Amino acid sequence: MKRFTGTSQYIVSEELGRAVDVAVALGRPLLIKGEPGTGKTLLARDIANFFEAPFECWTVKSTTKAVDGLYQYDAVRRLHDSRFGDADVRNIEQYIELGPVGRAFTNAERVVLLIDEIDKADMEFPNDLLHELDTMSFTIAETGREVVAAKRPVVIITSNNEKELPDAFLRRCVFHWIAFPGRELMQRIVRVHHPDIEDNLLASALQAFYRLRSVDGLRKPPSTSELIDWISALRHSGMDPAKLLGSGLPFLGTLLKKEQDIELVGKQVRRGMFGKR
Amino acid sequence: MFLDFFFNLRARGLKVTTHNWLSLLEALAKGLHGDSLDGFYAVARCLLVNTEGDYDVFDQVFAETFRGVAIDAQALLNNLDDWLKNPKKLEFLDPALREALKALDMQTLRRELMDRLKRQKERHEGGSHWIGTGGTSPFGQGGAHPSGIRIGGAGGGRSALIVADERRFQNFRRDLVLDTRQIASALKRLRKLSREDGEPELDLDGTIDATARNCGDIEVVMQPPRNNSVRLLLLLDVGGSMDPHAHLVSRLFSAAHQSGDFKELRTYYFHNCIYSKVYDDASFTDGIKTTELLRTLDRRWYVIIVGDAYMHPGELMMSSSDWWDSQRGPSGLNWLAKLADRFPRAAWLNPEPPRLWPHGTIAEIREVFPMYALTLDGLDEMVKGMRRPGDPRRRARVARLASTG
Repeated sequence: MKRFTGTSQYIVSEELGRAVDVAVALGRPLLIKGEPGTGKTLLARDIANFFEAPFECWTVKSTTKAVDGLYQYDAVRRLHDSRFGDADVRNIEQYIELGPVGRAFTNAERVVLLIDEIDKADMEFPNDLLHELDTMSFTIAETGREVVAAKRPVVIITSNNEKELPDAFLRRCVFHWIAFPGRELMQRIVRVHHPDIEDNLLASALQAFYRLRSVDGLRKPPSTSELIDWISALRHSGMDPAKLLGSGLPFLGTLLKKEQDIELVGKQVRRGMFGKR
Repeated sequence: MFLDFFFNLRARGLKVTTHNWLSLLEALAKGLHGDSLDGFYAVARCLLVNTEGDYDVFDQVFAETFRGVAIDAQALLNNLDDWLKNPKKLEFLDPALREALKALDMQTLRRELMDRLKRQKERHEGGSHWIGTGGTSPFGQGGAHPSGIRIGGAGGGRSALIVADERRFQNFRRDLVLDTRQIASALKRLRKLSREDGEPELDLDGTIDATARNCGDIEVVMQPPRNNSVRLLLLLDVGGSMDPHAHLVSRLFSAAHQSGDFKELRTYYFHNCIYSKVYDDASFTDGIKTTELLRTLDRRWYVIIVGDAYMHPGELMMSSSDWWDSQRGPSGLNWLAKLADRFPRAAWLNPEPPRLWPHGTIAEIREVFPMYALTLDGLDEMVKGMRRPGDPRRRARVARLASTG
């Protein structure tokens, strides 16, 4: 089996790579948690690219029900057809539309299936999926047809910790928490997005970034995606890297998204805490 | 040694199941750890731990269990390699065990593991701590077993032990910090869905049913959407001994508001103990009579009182927070009992650590309200507790107390 090492578009840590391997080899769902902006969703796409597998994405919303991912039965259309249409309403199959999970199961190839932000849905949602993910099959209640996965899909589940997931569900998952990348890993990540960045700009940007993250009391510390945007802004404006450490932080709005945070950091900048080392 | 690891994890309160452990063995048998301690660390962690809150404990146990390995890694490694090449060389195994080891395949290993787990349970209940047979157990020594776990050299870069020793995940321990969002998600679980009011939506089942009755002529049926029907009354103790906890309480407060999921949410403040009035803000100017709360809010309201429940015993018995107020009336404890009696779904959240609870006024108040710690675990417990019917003995006592005032 090929070991997952990430593609050139996505850098993975050693531990995350192992977790993916374990999930793929044991055929278990991989549950990914981590700070917003650490690339949880991107990971699934990258796994699909890496294994050259088809990709199915199911973005969960607060109103999503477990059955929506399996299939949807369009009763309204059938009702409409029964009154006004000319379709044969006795053929229920034509009113069944498979959801992302259903499509992943029926695909002849091994699919990478992303269930994004599972914590957004109702608390019972993960429990409702337990059986389907365990046996990789489900039955369409309306027609009695059983859908069985041709190839066990690689299931990636992300969560933002908004809700606690049930124990029974957790026990079946391989779990990984994406820790915030350290400076070395971050350098590699930035280089993926800015391959031709100058060394001194990268070094000073990272220094300023990690110093900013270490400020006490930030409501939402800036994450990887904000850093990448910020560097784009810096390069676009042709900022002199040497100035970055001297005169406060330009384009603070790309890094900090909360008013209170901008105020807090603004105060510290004025007091000179971001000025000299 | 490896089975020790399992039991050490369990002893430290990690919910590692046999199921998890067997998955780990399966993963190791497939060589997913890449023959390195680093790999073993990563594979074990993603299979045995399922919340980042437990990473810290995992790191600690990993470091404790395998510290001996780290120090003596090279020696052990040499030993194992020797043994793999020529089992007879290994002095510390007696011949019978060596024979047994040779014969073990994956299936037998599993059976043996299950068997041991069973025995372990019995002994564990007896209270003594099970200690693995270390070097001579097929699991302890599994690292050398061809179909078991193999300890490789120190992997590239940082050793897993150093990583584990760093305790990078200390911040995620659940019993320590409460984040607004975390509180909100805990509170969200209080919700109870029901159809009461709101913009009507299509009731599909009802429509189909009505249409069928109507001989196929479409008859649309609407119904109100499902909404949270929980009404929450939040009573917050401020000032005095609560000052050190002000930050925590304000987080709880904003979380309750942010989650915005309650049908109704009312917040009042009090100082030390609840008497005849509770206040709209922390400056105690405008307020509402406690009797009015008791009268206007019905039994379906959930009540959460946040306070340290720590005061002079006299204050619990006084009829007002004002020493000079000579007005006679129910005592503080009596007011609390009235609230508890009126609202069966009530709980007290205490920011003080539970070890202080068995004493003084805290103990008194615990007789009236079920008390929970103001931590994430405490909140979880509280939510669970509020969904269950109350303890009948407490209810009887509360009713007695409430009627004496």
